[in-house]
Amino acid sequence: MSNEQLYNYILGIADNNLILGQRLGELCGHGPNLETDIALTNIALDLFGQTRSYYQYAATLSENHKTEDDVAFLRTEREYKNALLVEQPNTHFGYVIARQFLFDVFHYLFVEQLQQSKDETLSAIAKKAIKEVSYHKRFSGDWVKRLGDGTSESHKKIQEAVHDLWPYTQELFEITKTDTLAIDEGVGVNLSELKSKYQEEVAEVFKEATLTIPENPFFQKGGKQGIHSEHMGYLLADLQYMQRTYPNMNW
Amino acid sequence: MKKNWPLWEVFVRSKNGLEHRHFGSLHAADAEMALENARDVYTRRNEGVSIWVVESKYITASNPAENGELFEPAKDKVYRHPTFYNLPDEVKHM
Repeated sequence: MSNEQLYNYILGIADNNLILGQRLGELCGHGPNLETDIALTNIALDLFGQTRSYYQYAATLSENHKTEDDVAFLRTEREYKNALLVEQPNTHFGYVIARQFLFDVFHYLFVEQLQQSKDETLSAIAKKAIKEVSYHKRFSGDWVKRLGDGTSESHKKIQEAVHDLWPYTQELFEITKTDTLAIDEGVGVNLSELKSKYQEEVAEVFKEATLTIPENPFFQKGGKQGIHSEHMGYLLADLQYMQRTYPNMNW
Repeated sequence: MKKNWPLWEVFVRSKNGLEHRHFGSLHAADAEMALENARDVYTRRNEGVSIWVVESKYITASNPAENGELFEPAKDKVYRHPTFYNLPDEVKHM
């Protein structure tokens, strides 16, 4: 695949991390308690660390010498390729945990396979990320069980979040044109192969958490094509503010 | 206050071969959460290789009011430290 195609493939992976990390970052200092606050911020930092590795690599493939900051901060909304799930707002702790868990299970399966990528850099990033992601999944899975099988109030709230966020899960497995190219060359991960395992793992945790998956939802998609939900603009305004106000700043 | 999670004491082994040392305390609903919280609060800067947690209520502490009888008698018995021996150079970590 050409440099440009590989660049786009990398953004398709990394933008999920960046946007979810930004969402978690919004909770810094606002977590339900000190310990959970630090835990969520740690996860955000893990995601940003991985994002940096991806963007640094992407920048080397870009035309006109982009930097990692250009890639992260200076794109328009339509140029971000993250799935809609990760841009959904924090709403309440149940949403934060449900969104995290629904992404983490996917993310783990994804980086697990990305380790086999024929692209050495992507494979190396995946090998480094897998332990972090494994912990994220453990953390969010434990919390799903706690909230689901906790009090009637916590059950109600996390079930509400699962109900609202489940329609965004199918998009994680959507295969774009760029994905197809990457899969054919052994560089990318075949998302369709992850789906049944994903549903198995989610169902297992939900069973323990006494949560149910909504039946026949209308699945949402668009993020991977750059068509985002109404929340994305506000998120980007926050994310890009510094770099747009003070161009080329760094610290 | 009743709604607060119980308090836990956290002990971290910095590296293999060293003992677990008290690092601090935190709140958690149960032991498993205490371990995860400890991991995030106390070892995120690569401080440890092993964590112990114990609920604070299981620790019996000496009463500061009794410090006189407990500790002062030892103050003038410096000879109880094995500091009057010459250690061979090969012996480390004493």
